[in-house]
Amino acid sequence: MAGAKSDAPPGAGTSSQHAEEGGAATPPGGGLTRRELFQGLGAAAVVGGMLGDGRRARAATNPGGPEVLGPGKVPLKLTVNGSERALAIEPRTTLLDALRLELDLTGAKPVCDRGACGACTVLVDGAPVVSCMMLALDAQGRTIATVEGLAQGDKLSPLQQAFVEHDALQCGFCTPGMLMACAAVLAQHPKPTAEDVRRGVAGNLCRCGTYPKVVSATLAAAGPSSPTGRTGQGG
Amino acid sequence: MARKHTIQAGYDGRLEPITVHLPDGEPEPWDAQSKLRIVGRPVPRLDAVAKVTGRAKYTQDVMLPGMLYGRFLRCPHPAARLRGIDVSRAKAYPGVKAVWTEKVGRKLHYQGQEVAAVAAISADVAEEALRLIQVDYEERPFVVDATKAMAPDAPLVFADEKLPDAEDAPPPRAKVTAKGNVRSTVETEGDLEAAFAEAEVIVEGTYRTQVQVHSALEPHGSVARWEGDELTVWSSTQATFGVREQLAAAFKLPKNKVRVLCEYMGGGFGAKFSAGPWSIVAAKLAREARAPVKMMLTRHDEQLCSGNRPDSVQWLKLGAKRDGTLVAIHLKSYGTPGVGTGAGTGGPVSALYKAKARRVEEADVFTNTRAAEAFRAPGHPQGCFALEQAMDELAQKLGMDPIELRKKNLQNPVQVAELDRGRAEVPAWKDRGGKLSPPSGAGGPRGDVRRGVGMACGVWYKFYSQATQVEIEVHKDGRVEVKNGAQDIGTGTRTYMAQIAAEELGLPLEAVTVRLGDTNLPVGPGSGGSITTPSIAPTVRAAAYQVGQKLKEVAAGLLKVPAEQVTLGEEGFRGGAKTMTWKQVCSRLPGDKLTVVASRAKDYEGLRDRMGGVQFAEVEVDTRTGVVRVVRMTVVQDFGRPLNPLTAESQINGGVIQGVSYALFEDRLLDRHTGQMVNPNLEAYKILTVNDCPEIRAVMFDVHPGFNNTGAIGLGEPPTVPTAAAIANAIADAIGARVRELPMTPDRVLAAIAGARGEKRAQATPDQDHDQRKTP
Repeated sequence: MAGAKSDAPPGAGTSSQHAEEGGAATPPGGGLTRRELFQGLGAAAVVGGMLGDGRRARAATNPGGPEVLGPGKVPLKLTVNGSERALAIEPRTTLLDALRLELDLTGAKPVCDRGACGACTVLVDGAPVVSCMMLALDAQGRTIATVEGLAQGDKLSPLQQAFVEHDALQCGFCTPGMLMACAAVLAQHPKPTAEDVRRGVAGNLCRCGTYPKVVSATLAAAGPSSPTGRTGQGG
Repeated sequence: MARKHTIQAGYDGRLEPITVHLPDGEPEPWDAQSKLRIVGRPVPRLDAVAKVTGRAKYTQDVMLPGMLYGRFLRCPHPAARLRGIDVSRAKAYPGVKAVWTEKVGRKLHYQGQEVAAVAAISADVAEEALRLIQVDYEERPFVVDATKAMAPDAPLVFADEKLPDAEDAPPPRAKVTAKGNVRSTVETEGDLEAAFAEAEVIVEGTYRTQVQVHSALEPHGSVARWEGDELTVWSSTQATFGVREQLAAAFKLPKNKVRVLCEYMGGGFGAKFSAGPWSIVAAKLAREARAPVKMMLTRHDEQLCSGNRPDSVQWLKLGAKRDGTLVAIHLKSYGTPGVGTGAGTGGPVSALYKAKARRVEEADVFTNTRAAEAFRAPGHPQGCFALEQAMDELAQKLGMDPIELRKKNLQNPVQVAELDRGRAEVPAWKDRGGKLSPPSGAGGPRGDVRRGVGMACGVWYKFYSQATQVEIEVHKDGRVEVKNGAQDIGTGTRTYMAQIAAEELGLPLEAVTVRLGDTNLPVGPGSGGSITTPSIAPTVRAAAYQVGQKLKEVAAGLLKVPAEQVTLGEEGFRGGAKTMTWKQVCSRLPGDKLTVVASRAKDYEGLRDRMGGVQFAEVEVDTRTGVVRVVRMTVVQDFGRPLNPLTAESQINGGVIQGVSYALFEDRLLDRHTGQMVNPNLEAYKILTVNDCPEIRAVMFDVHPGFNNTGAIGLGEPPTVPTAAAIANAIADAIGARVRELPMTPDRVLAAIAGARGEKRAQATPDQDHDQRKTP
């Protein structure tokens, strides 16, 4: 059933759970979860109808609460694909926007803006995360891997190579998210079953219909199956 | 001077010689006997590496220096008049650089219609500014439900305004009438009443289909940049040239002052043909702000108001002789295209089966919802859902094998062969032994889960656009560039363009590069009606052929033989006993390069039948929960020569998967009391996930149609046409009851089971007030 998205286990593509965890932990240097931030914005909008004033008001009227950053830009360091990048962002910036707008890493795609489609999936400390649901501030001090880091120079990873050879992509818009979700599957299950792969990408929507080939490509990238019969048909 | 040539054409191993008349500049067509090196082989798509590395830049990824972000403010009401609008506070908001507003006094016809827009230094700032805009709406009476909109006292969607123009001219025999919110078309052939009187067996029923939302992952959107009076627009579009035309008209510019770019495109299923407000308003804001503006729809807006497939209510009556000969077909169908057009579903009823009399009555019912747009085989999945279930019901009443019934009546002989191929490929169908209801239980029931198998035929057409040109440049170093300005929406256009040129010129695939998605390149079609491949592929080959002819002349001078004795192949140019490589000859080109532009020739003789296609569905239905699982889809589809089997298979998968999703999950839900869409997002608007995806088996079925030089036909639409109907027939086989309404959700399946047991319907549905059997 379509409800599979919500059945996805932790570690699967949806990973709203990871984003929530990321938000709940106290990030280095403090910060707001996206939810708190939106609540603040919503209240300001209702009261004043003047968001600019609202944002400033919130910063000024929160003594004793958590440390307040912003509304202006704050400095931040992110470790992305093995290198440390310094940037300055508004605290409300999502990890997805930081990657795309500040670091020009446009592989991860904004599609649903609420963790429902997996197109913005990146790995944070090795786990798949929907980066539209995580504040960039909360990704500080953690290792972030994006689709741009999968290849070594011009040499594609076996997973990327398998996607190319199996035609596991059509328009390609969901492909970076699919790849990162599948990379996480392979990290966890070096010899996955088709079921393992399906669980891993259960939260990644594709509108062109690449699912069967995403599964077969990921199984192929894992190499020949072991004699215990851990194999499966695509789809 | 046209020259005559004989080729082998036919299908499924049945070939016969036909003579074709080739216009000047046309190569001899590849036919059933052609031995090809690259065309017809599975080739990974040329842009796959860019897509798997994240380097592919879509419109959504375009970042320009100084670029601003645009956002729309949209009408929250289903019908209103714009009485006043105050944007002063938005204009004064820090970071806002330009504001656009709709004209005061304008009537607004649907929730989501554009009212104002701002361009600001970030999307967040733009959205904040929108909330500072004060709008005074005069709310007006509205109707969002097609059945209610047909009532005599329903609010008029276009009270004192002109109705939208119908997209296609009505058929010559059709009678068109417009009254209230309804515009109907009636087309009759033969004496319908006499034919029904002659019929010995009659079935009739009402079938309903839902509104489907395209839900491309990349939303509609554009980036607009002015340089002086020249406008460049990056757009997520299926029609680069169509967008250019509309922008040139909107800004009263000559076409050569407008350039539209779309190198990568994140999903197009029919709704991305027009420039749309996202391009035109972006360009207006960019002009005002003197900076580039990016205007991508939010997901909410994409789902709410960027197009959809209209719903339908179809009453269908079939009359047949006892031997299964269809004599009369009568369809009455209506649906709502919102404030647009195109709710007709009569295609399959007109184009699949023979009958001596036929009447097709279709109606567009205008409602206060966003205009429908074309959606992958417009009207056809809906039409097949009704027709192909009715055919099974007829077979059941006649006690006939449903495949034999179809074979007896099909218009298209190719499809008759497809039915036999499909039947042989689906063991579950053989187990069923051609019987229908009570449930065949093919594979046997497992507890509460029953298995079923069903099939359905589809139909589509062979379109192409003669407004297609391809340019090939051969450089002195031997590089070959193939150019056409149309877009590759993910179907593999770029890849087959290179395959065809390499094949024709005896080159390896790597020697050819392709440029597309740019209106500064030669003209190409919009990607609709499955016309892209049959328009571009033969034109690439014609251009390559002409390049070959010219280079043979160059080689002839060098080899000192007459040009007609020179051959071109993998070894290069051969004349007499001597050869010269491709690069050797290119290095002797006069000037910098050789440029050839070829135009799409008219189709010539060949198999002119429509496109057929048949699909078999195997399902499991949990009779306790009503949950349907599609286990396997088997597809037999004619589409001419598969230029690249790898991407062709992906197209078939895509059509089938969208069809399964349409059959079981997708549904735009409107609150009829407020006129609001309640699921404008990707979690409540259900799209099939990997876990719902059946195994898909594409059975190779060879067709050599002859009428163009590659034998290629478009494949984008046909594979989605019969899918929902085949699943419906499989469900009926599994449970012994019909679900006549899409999507076939568990509640509807349970209601059908309960109905078959003679119980009252398990639960009231929102459409309860319209009797399922009532004639529309």
